[in-house]
Amino acid sequence: MAMIGALNKKLLRDLFKLKGQLLAIILVMAAGIAFFVILFGVVDSLKLTKSTYYDRYQFADIFASLKRAPESTKQRISEIKGVSVTQSRVIFGVTLQLEDMIEPASGKIISLPDTKEPLLNKLYLKSGRMLFPNEENSILADESFFNAHQYKLGDKVTVIMNGHRRALKIVGVVLSPEYVYSIAPGAMMPDPKRFGIFWMSRHSLEAAVNMKGSFNDISLKIERNANKENIKNQLDIILKPYGGLISYARDEQTSNFFVENELNQLHAMGMMAPFIFLSVAAFLINVVMSRLVTTQRVQIGMLKAVGYTNIEISMHYLKMVLLITGFGSIIGLSLGAWMGAGMTHMYTEFFHFPILKYSFSIEVMIFAVLFCTIAAITGTLFAIKSAASLPPAEAMRPESPTEFKPSLLEKMGIHKHLSFLSRIVLRQLERRPIRALLSAVGMAFALALLIFSFFMEDTMTHLMDVQYDMTQREDVNISFVEARSAQAIEELKVMPGVLSVEPIRNVPVSLRFKHYNKRSSITGLVQNPDLRRVIDSKLNPVPLPSHGLVLNKQLAKILHISVGDVLTVEVLEEKRPTLYIPVTAITQEYIGLGAFMQIRELNRILDEPPKITGASIMVDDNHTAILYKKLKEIPSIIGLNIISILRIIFEELMAENLLKMVGINILFASFISFGVVYNTARIALSERSRELATLRVLGLTRKEVAFILFGELAVIILISIPIGLYLGTGLAAGMTKSLETELFRIPYYINNSTYAYSVSIVVISALISFYLVWRQLNSIDLVAAQKGVE
Amino acid sequence: MNNKNNYSFKTEQLTKVYITGETEVHALRGVDIEIPNGEVVVLLGPSGSGKSTFLNIIGGLDKATSGHVYFRGRDLATYSRRELTYFRRENIGFVFQAYNLVPSLTCLENVALVTEISPNPMDPKLALQAVGLTNRANHFPAQMSGGEQQRVAIARALAKQPEVMLCDEPTGALDSETGVVVLKALLDVNEKFNTTCIIITHNAIIAQLAHRVIYFADGNVSHVAVNKVRKQPDEIDW
Repeated sequence: MAMIGALNKKLLRDLFKLKGQLLAIILVMAAGIAFFVILFGVVDSLKLTKSTYYDRYQFADIFASLKRAPESTKQRISEIKGVSVTQSRVIFGVTLQLEDMIEPASGKIISLPDTKEPLLNKLYLKSGRMLFPNEENSILADESFFNAHQYKLGDKVTVIMNGHRRALKIVGVVLSPEYVYSIAPGAMMPDPKRFGIFWMSRHSLEAAVNMKGSFNDISLKIERNANKENIKNQLDIILKPYGGLISYARDEQTSNFFVENELNQLHAMGMMAPFIFLSVAAFLINVVMSRLVTTQRVQIGMLKAVGYTNIEISMHYLKMVLLITGFGSIIGLSLGAWMGAGMTHMYTEFFHFPILKYSFSIEVMIFAVLFCTIAAITGTLFAIKSAASLPPAEAMRPESPTEFKPSLLEKMGIHKHLSFLSRIVLRQLERRPIRALLSAVGMAFALALLIFSFFMEDTMTHLMDVQYDMTQREDVNISFVEARSAQAIEELKVMPGVLSVEPIRNVPVSLRFKHYNKRSSITGLVQNPDLRRVIDSKLNPVPLPSHGLVLNKQLAKILHISVGDVLTVEVLEEKRPTLYIPVTAITQEYIGLGAFMQIRELNRILDEPPKITGASIMVDDNHTAILYKKLKEIPSIIGLNIISILRIIFEELMAENLLKMVGINILFASFISFGVVYNTARIALSERSRELATLRVLGLTRKEVAFILFGELAVIILISIPIGLYLGTGLAAGMTKSLETELFRIPYYINNSTYAYSVSIVVISALISFYLVWRQLNSIDLVAAQKGVE
Repeated sequence: MNNKNNYSFKTEQLTKVYITGETEVHALRGVDIEIPNGEVVVLLGPSGSGKSTFLNIIGGLDKATSGHVYFRGRDLATYSRRELTYFRRENIGFVFQAYNLVPSLTCLENVALVTEISPNPMDPKLALQAVGLTNRANHFPAQMSGGEQQRVAIARALAKQPEVMLCDEPTGALDSETGVVVLKALLDVNEKFNTTCIIITHNAIIAQLAHRVIYFADGNVSHVAVNKVRKQPDEIDW
């Protein structure tokens, strides 16, 4: 026992002596584990939170809207096989007259049953109260709109409803599973400031919009094993005479679609990035531990010489490894749990979930810890095995590097130009090319992680540039409540501040090819639009062909259709014709699912007089205020998007969601980068301390000695940079694939500045490490080196 | 080289105290000694008598706790770290028991490594010639025997034409035959270049080669003996 006691003491003292290096290893490991745990925790928790929220608040499974149907129709719908709950509603679009904004805003008022709670899409009351039965002129407001305008309970919102101006009092603030995101019709992004959702007594709403005894919206809950498609078809048949649009399920419900997109993106980042981080951390720990043990070979020889068995020696070092991995795990898990809870909370607020289900799977934690621990143990055992296989006497001698050869570069005849110090550096590298390469690969990984992290921001910025500088070049776009005569364009042209106007016609459609189908809309544009343009993969504008449809790549992919195929187009309005239109081109677009054609052609095939549903407008900067005021007064305008504001919203959305993740990526990648470089430098110092001390004794200055040490590292870093750039680029390319959603395609786009930043972080890590090691060069024991073998 | 004093080193009340925890170890207890120029001086004494500490301090590898070491009339105690580095670089040649050659440099390069940074070096090839290793110039340390490596170390020390050579157990790791060759090389240097050689040894027989023998005991100089007759390395009986 006494012997084990002594060995344990040695262990503790070794640990203390190596504290700098061990700390760096612990840092790398903790960063890998924490990141893994955070992302898995956040994604799992959010998914759980979402489904709990949906369940508890009875989020419907199938939705449909129509023109108007008598309430009695509901009975027929509830008799469809597999339908368990039906909820009919009146939903009405309104324009808002908001005094705190120059630009117009719109909203949606949804009916609430007077006598009881709604059966589906229940509301969570955040503050205030629910409505009294038949209460007039009072509404509940969606929390994000309420907060965006900093309203207080009791404040009034002025709406234009069916041509009448009404002031409605906000008596309660609510959250709905149906409007986790409130996205205006046709909009790409939520904009709570310019689009509000309100709930009103059914009785009062029916009276206000002349819908007595009727409904124009229905949602269904279906039985667990019910045939969803079948139910949708039967529902469509029932609603068709009442102007029903094609019904849709949760996956096409705007808010849920957006939530799923965001979660999928987080999930993609949450799956890929942590695995990469953890693997890199494990790889580094493996390399570092094996080198660390190698520096202990004299001691291993000594322990063998005095009679310790290989197993006892292995156990001794394994204890050291387990202590390190233990610390790394504890720090990593606590950091992960703490930051994970914080991030989940942040995202819960971002998504406006009224509840928070925070879960960490034990399996994820165990996996992360085991992964790193096993990596460390194998690295250690491998090194112990090679040290312990030597006869003790030989192991005790400082490892005498056997054959040195003139380096390859010297053979090529350039040695005359190299100083002796450079030759030492070169020959060291050439003598152990594998080890130099492993170190380089480790640093390359750190660099790759950085590039990968920065890349997310690049690609998002690029996406916005393409969207708002090349595709949506208008200053403002508007949409009308209903399609209007093409004459409306002329009215817009003469408004103050309008520089140019282009018409837009949007037609809601269901697209079908073979058994694939997708709800979308066809956008009619002029032949060579200058404002709302369609661009190809080389970012050049595409003129719209005189006939046929232009689809974007994502939509074409969903429909499995290519150029020349004929698409079945079911128009979801007016006469609801079914048309067969050939696809004449496929373009690249990063956002949305677009189908485009010439507006003249669109009007022709719909067999209607020329109509528009909206317009793109270029505005003189000096007249924006007056134009917005005028537009606000036109009751037929329901939507108005100011592109510069959209861009800001988009940026804020990214900043709140994805870029926070990117920030954490960068933080951890920097930790890892520093950990690797510092460790490599520190180990190099301990491996070479004797040689370096000798040189110091001979009268070389600290700078000259440092040159040998740092020269080798500098070469390794130089080698690592191209490898890292390559790896990082590869990781980024892989990520673009996995981040692709219906809403966004992430373009593969890396700024040169990303390479520069990433390399700079590695170089700065190196400089800091060099500085720390440089300070340790002072404390090299010159006397001990002179003694030689101890 | 142009030393006006007739000694290379002169110490006054040189003490060195190592403090480890609560115990103080007095390695040197007020050493006063002069080492004349151009002599071969052997430091003899049991382990722990302070001779290595003494050598380290006069060689600028370690600092004294108190007292003075004069080299060319200047007190080493007042030198900064950087000045000590340049002091070693310009004036001192070290030879270690463990050779301490740079394994990645050839024999010739190991010597040249030092001559490159010295103010007044000799041609490294001449230095190798002086220790009889001209034919091994392009070998790496790992390709040479211990004796050969030690002679390279001597050539390395010698090549900068130092004022003083400090040798700590230069033959400690060698068999007697090789030891003789190495010692011969050292004495040659002393004779040809008039370099002061201070040699630590455990081996009292080697003392017969020296001009002067300084006996250390218990952290101080116990006595100094001057050899009237010096033996040659091959005359001594190991």
